Amino acid sequence: MNLALFVSIFVVATCGLVYELVAGALASYLLGDTVLQFSTVIGAYLFAMGLGSWLSRWVGKNLAARFVQIEALVGLVGGFSAAVLFAAFTYVEGFRVLLYAEVLAIGTLVGMEIPLLMRLLKNRVEFRDLVSQVLALDYVGALGASLLFPLWLAPKLGLLNTALVFGLLNVAVALWALRVFRGEIASGGWLRAQCLGSAAALVVGLAFSAEIGAFAEGSLYADEVIFSKSTPYQRIVLTRWKEDLRLFLNGHLQFSSMDEYRYHESLVHPALSAHPHPKSVLILGGGDGLAAREALRDPRVARVTLVDLDGDMTKLFARNPLLTRLNHGSLTDPRLRLINADAFRWLEGHEERFDAAIVDFPDPSNYSVGKLYTTTFYALLRRRLEAGGLIVVQATSPLFARRSYWTIERTIREAGFATVPYHAYVPSFGEWGFVIGATAPYRRPTTLPPGLKFLAKDSLEALYDFPSDMARVEAEPNRLNTQLLVHAYESEWEQIGR
Amino acid sequence: MNVTRRGLLLAGGSLLGAALAESWRRWLPAGSKIEGELVGPSFALGHKLRDGGFPPPTGPIEETAVAVVGGGVSGLSAAWKLERSGLKDFRVYELESSAGGNSRFDENEIGPYPWGAHYLPFPQPESKAVSELLRELKVELGRDGKGRAVYDERFVCFAPAERLYLHGRWQDGLFPKLGATSAELAERDRFDRMMAGFRRRRGSDGKRAFALPLEESSRDAELLALDSMSMADWLDREGFTTKPLRWYAEYACRDDFGASLEDTSAWAGIHYWAARGEGPDDQVLTWPEGNGWLARRLAAVAGPRLTPRSLVHRVARTEAGVELDVLDAGTGRSRRVRAKAALLCLPQFVAARVLESRRAAPPSWLSEFRYAPWVVSNLTVEAPPAGRGAPPAWDNVIYGGRSLGYVDAAHQSLSQDRRRSVWTHYRPLTGEDTRKARADALARPWSYWRDAVLEDLAKPFPEIERSVRRLDVMVWGHGMVQPRPGFLWGSARREAARPEGRIFFGHSDLSGFSVFEEAQYRGVRAAQDAMSALGHPYRRSV
Repeated sequence: MNLALFVSIFVVATCGLVYELVAGALASYLLGDTVLQFSTVIGAYLFAMGLGSWLSRWVGKNLAARFVQIEALVGLVGGFSAAVLFAAFTYVEGFRVLLYAEVLAIGTLVGMEIPLLMRLLKNRVEFRDLVSQVLALDYVGALGASLLFPLWLAPKLGLLNTALVFGLLNVAVALWALRVFRGEIASGGWLRAQCLGSAAALVVGLAFSAEIGAFAEGSLYADEVIFSKSTPYQRIVLTRWKEDLRLFLNGHLQFSSMDEYRYHESLVHPALSAHPHPKSVLILGGGDGLAAREALRDPRVARVTLVDLDGDMTKLFARNPLLTRLNHGSLTDPRLRLINADAFRWLEGHEERFDAAIVDFPDPSNYSVGKLYTTTFYALLRRRLEAGGLIVVQATSPLFARRSYWTIERTIREAGFATVPYHAYVPSFGEWGFVIGATAPYRRPTTLPPGLKFLAKDSLEALYDFPSDMARVEAEPNRLNTQLLVHAYESEWEQIGR
Repeated sequence: MNVTRRGLLLAGGSLLGAALAESWRRWLPAGSKIEGELVGPSFALGHKLRDGGFPPPTGPIEETAVAVVGGGVSGLSAAWKLERSGLKDFRVYELESSAGGNSRFDENEIGPYPWGAHYLPFPQPESKAVSELLRELKVELGRDGKGRAVYDERFVCFAPAERLYLHGRWQDGLFPKLGATSAELAERDRFDRMMAGFRRRRGSDGKRAFALPLEESSRDAELLALDSMSMADWLDREGFTTKPLRWYAEYACRDDFGASLEDTSAWAGIHYWAARGEGPDDQVLTWPEGNGWLARRLAAVAGPRLTPRSLVHRVARTEAGVELDVLDAGTGRSRRVRAKAALLCLPQFVAARVLESRRAAPPSWLSEFRYAPWVVSNLTVEAPPAGRGAPPAWDNVIYGGRSLGYVDAAHQSLSQDRRRSVWTHYRPLTGEDTRKARADALARPWSYWRDAVLEDLAKPFPEIERSVRRLDVMVWGHGMVQPRPGFLWGSARREAARPEGRIFFGHSDLSGFSVFEEAQYRGVRAAQDAMSALGHPYRRSV
C-alpha cells in the first residue's frame, strides 16, 4: 500500500468523525442538554454507518465510480451540514427531524466508504494486511478528529467552516480515487466534473460563510450565540449558556430566561389585576410574546392585540421550539391577534379601544425610539382606551437612570393619566421600574392569577415603595421637540459605564 | 492528478462569477445607476411671456368678481381671505400644473417631500393672519394660561433640529463650535446678546424694531438706516471678525435670502434673528412636505376655482374693471376673462410683462428687484447613513460647502422605520451677477447637478452614491427676491405695490424677501384692498 492510500483512508476516517462531531456540537449548541444531544447524534450516526455498510452489498458494477461519487456526495452534504442546520434553526418547525435526517444521510454515506474501499483494494493487497491496516487507520483517523475538533477546529475555524473544509478534503479523496482507479472507470470526464462542481460549491460556501452564518460577532457575547439575524429594524441575537437563554436587540439585553418571569409578571399583573374587567388588552412591542404569556394567564382576558414592528422577531418567537417553550406559545394562541406594524402609526390609524395597554418598548436610547416615550404618544394611546382603562409602561431603571425614570412618569402624567410608579428587582437587569397610567382611581390588586413565580398578594406592597436612592426627582415632560429623555438616558447610563 | 481544461474552467468560472456578483456595484462608475431628471418649473411656458406670440382670445367671455393671477402662497392666501369673507366668486390662475409656488411639494412611495420652503417659525404677535390660519388648520390648538399658543406637537420640529458637519464629524446646532477658540465663542455670545437686544427693541414709534410682516416694523429712522449698509459692512463696523461667526451669518443670509453677506441689507440680516421668538418660542413648525402642507390646504379652500396650467398673458384696466387674457396650456387656446377686480400675485418681473401699462413702459424701479436662482434636489436614499458624531437631525448643514445642506423629509415621521428617506438638498446660486448665474444654471444638464450634489454630500458620507436611488433636480431661475442694501426701505417696493385702478398687487417680493409670512400678508392685503374697492364687507386679518 502506498502513502497516498494511507493518507486518503486517514482523511476519509477523519472526515466521517468530524461531521458527527459537528452535528452533535450544533445540536447541543442550539438545543441545549449536551449529554442528550451527543448521545442521540452519535447513536443515530453509528446506526446509519451500519446501514451504509449493509447497503454496500448492493453496489456491484462500477465499484470505483460509485466510490468516487459517494466521496463527492459526502463532501457536499457533510460540508454544508452545519450551514443548513444554522439556517434552518430559525424557521423550520421540525428542526430535530431535519437534524436526524441529516445525521442519517451522512452516516449512511460514510458507512459505505470503508466496505467499498476494501473491496476495491482486495485484489491489490493481501486480505490479512488490508483488514488490519484499513481498520487501524480508520481508528487513528477518528482519534485525530476527536482531538483536533475541540482543541483547534471548533474554536478557531468555527463549526461552519470546519464542515466546509472537511467537505473539500472528501472531494480531494474522490479526485485521488478517480486517478488511482482510472483503469476501472469508464466515464471519467463526467465524474471529474461532478467532483470539481462539488469543490467549487464548497469554496464558494467558504468565501461567503461569514454572510451565511454571520456569527462573527459571537465573540462579543459572553455566551454561545445560537441565533443572529439582521432584520430591517434591528439585530436580533440569541445566546445560551446551559439553560439560560438571552435575547439581545442591537446589543442590548432584553431578557434572560432565568429571571424574565420577574420582569414580565411585574410588567403585566399590577395593571391587569387592578382592572375590574380587562377584556381586551393591547400590547405594544413585546414581540418575544412574554408579556402576552402573562396577559393570557389572566382568565378574564378575552382578546390580546400585539403590535410589534418586526415580523422576523415575532416569527422567531412564534415558531422556534426553545422560545415557544418560554412564552408558552402565546404568539399562536387563538386569543391573540398579532400585528406587525409601527406602533405610533398603527395607533393613529385605528380607532379600536382597549381596557388595558401594556407598553414594552426598548429603552429610549436614541431619538427614534424616544418618540415612543413622548406626551404625544401617551395622549394618543389614551384616546384608544375604554372608560376606566389603564396603561403600563416599562420605564428603565429608577436606580441607574433615576432622572430618566421620573421623566417617563412625568410625561405620562402630562398626557392626562393618574400615575402609579412601582419597581421590581430583576437580577439580570438590576432594579427595574414601571409606571401605570390610570384613567380611573387605581386600587392595588387584591387577587392575582394563579401560577405566578414572583408576585404574591402579600408582597405586592413592596413594589410601590421607593427607597430614597430612587425617590422621585423633579423632571420636565418629554416632548417630540425636546427629546429630553434621550439626553437624560444617555448621560445616566454613560455614568454606569454601560 | 489530471485536471481537464473544461473542469478547470468550470470551477474557475463559478468562483469568478460569485465574486463578481458581490462586487458588481463597485465596477460601475459612480452615480451611473442613479435615476432622476430635471423637473419643472415650466420655463418654456413662462418664457413665452418674454417672447410673446399668444393666440387671440376666442370663445365665450368668462365673468368673475375677482381674478387672482398666480397660485403661489400669496395668490392662495388671497383666495383664502376672499372665501372666508364670503366673496366666493373668484378664480385663481396658476401657470404650473400644481399650485403652491415656492411651497410646492411632491410625493413618492416613501412619502411627501418639499421642493422649496420647508418651515414656519412660531408666529409672533404681529403675524396675525398666520396665527389665524394656523388656528383654522388646528396647528394651533389653543392658548395656555400665559397666553402662549399651544401647537400640535406633531408639527413642531422634533429634536434634534440641526447639526453641522465640520472637522470630519457632525456637531449639534449650526454655529461652528467644534474646535472654536474662546475668543470665537465670546464673539458669538456678544452677537447673540446684540440680536436679543434687537429682538426686544422698540422704535421711537413704539413698534417692534423688526417684525414679521415687515410692514409692522418700526419706522424709526435710526433702525431703517441699517438698510443702507450691507450685512458685511455692519459686521465689520461692530467688530465681528472671527471666521465661525462670519460663516454663521453668511449661512443665515444665504438660507433666507439667497444672498451673500455683501449683497444682503444689514436690516434684513438682523431681521433674520430679531423677528423670531425667544427661548421656547424660538422654534419652527414643519411637515414632511415642508410648507407644502399649508399650500395643499390653502389650495383646497380655492377648490375647483383654481385652474392650473393657465397662463395669464395680458391684464388691462377697463371702464368696468379689469380684462385678462388666459392661455390654457392644455389646449393652446386663449380666452378672455372680465373681472371687477384683479389681484396680481406675481413676482414683479412677470407682472411687468403681463400688465399692459407696465409692458408699454417698463417702470424704472423694476431693475431693483433682483432674484436669486436656486437649485433644489430631492434624493431617495436607502438606508440613510448617519455619519460620525451627532445623530441625524432635521436640517443637516455642511460647513464651508456651497450648498445649505439637506433636510430629511422623514424626520417629522412618527414611524420607527428608518430604512428609506427623502433628502431635500438646497443650494442658492449666490453671486454678484444673478442674471449670468441664472442663464448658466438653466443650461446645465441633469447629470451636472447630480454630480455636484453627490460631491457635496460625499464630504460627510463618502459612500453616499451607493445609497441614492433617485435624484431629481429643480432649478428655480427666480428662486427668491434678494433684500439687497437699500432695497427694503427704498421706494421701489412702494411704487410696485401701488394699485392701478382695480388691479392690486400681492407677492412676497413686495416685502423684499421670500418667506411664507410675507407672501401670505401680501396676498391677504391685496384681497382686503379689493374687497374695500368692491364694497364687500370683511374682517381685517392684516
